Amino acid sequence: MKWALYERLQAATAAGVSVALITRLRDGEQSLFDGEGWQGALEVSEAERAAVRRMLVADKSGMLAGSQELFVRSYARAPRLIVVGAAHISQFLAPMAALAGFEVTVIDPRRAFASAERFPGVKLVEAWPDEALEQLKLDATSAVVTLTHDPKLDDPALIAALASPAFYIGALGSTRTHAKRVARLTDAGLGDKAVRIHAPVGLDLGGRAPREIAVSILAEVIQVRYRGE
Amino acid sequence: MTTDAEEIFPCIRRWKESGRGVAIATVVQTWGSSPRPEGSHLAVNDGGEFVGSVSGGCIEGAVVTEALAVIADGKLRTLEFGVSDEQAWEVGLACGGRVRVFVERLE
Repeated sequence: MKWALYERLQAATAAGVSVALITRLRDGEQSLFDGEGWQGALEVSEAERAAVRRMLVADKSGMLAGSQELFVRSYARAPRLIVVGAAHISQFLAPMAALAGFEVTVIDPRRAFASAERFPGVKLVEAWPDEALEQLKLDATSAVVTLTHDPKLDDPALIAALASPAFYIGALGSTRTHAKRVARLTDAGLGDKAVRIHAPVGLDLGGRAPREIAVSILAEVIQVRYRGE
Repeated sequence: MTTDAEEIFPCIRRWKESGRGVAIATVVQTWGSSPRPEGSHLAVNDGGEFVGSVSGGCIEGAVVTEALAVIADGKLRTLEFGVSDEQAWEVGLACGGRVRVFVERLE
């Protein structure tokens, strides 16, 4: 391994950014991939790059499927779930996701919503979603869910999330609400990226109570993490 | 997975910055029951000191020996240990699995 690449790898893990190191065993050529930017001398096909990304998201290391000589080492931090909106559903989703192994952060600029009384033990960020997401440095093992029901809060969060390698982006709201949302994002020049948004959010488990919706969201996040889109 | 990186990365940096030769061994493939998963690292310096683990103990000695050769000549090596391999009995991979270990020099 080249020292320069090693330094980049160590810097990424120290900064809490999930990265994969790809090695061609035949000649030792290597590259780093954070799910977005590819750095290094080793080049692979688009399909192989997508497969590396799936392994990184799932924190899996091993030989790339179908390859005799490409080895992938995922250096992934614990998966994160960023919940935008300190809503009723969030009060169930935050502790459930924490139990399932996610580092959970709830973002809401409205003090009355993001209170420690409503979210005991949960990391709360009282700030506008786009600013908060910028600070959190979303990476390939991050999931973002918007639950505010308010485009003024949800849209900036989605725009920030779409600019990141986050493995999952979900937005609460009906199919009709989502169609309007996609129209607004298209106006903002993000029409081609909006397909990444899972909406209506969550697996269709049938339940409509906030705690049940929380389960369906968490289930979908886990499914996408391991099974891909 | 980050935990074992946290353990070995600072050590590798210290060795490198003090001018030591360093090799990194990585489990790239496993078959059957193997004590350490794919991606496990063992880092070795030119004095034979090592950190990390590729097997939980049973093949470390052999890997360190090969790693010293890699530090000396800079050539990559891919090692295999397992019950189907003669060497496995010598090094004693008692767990019944088979592992493939890639060893590279830090340049």
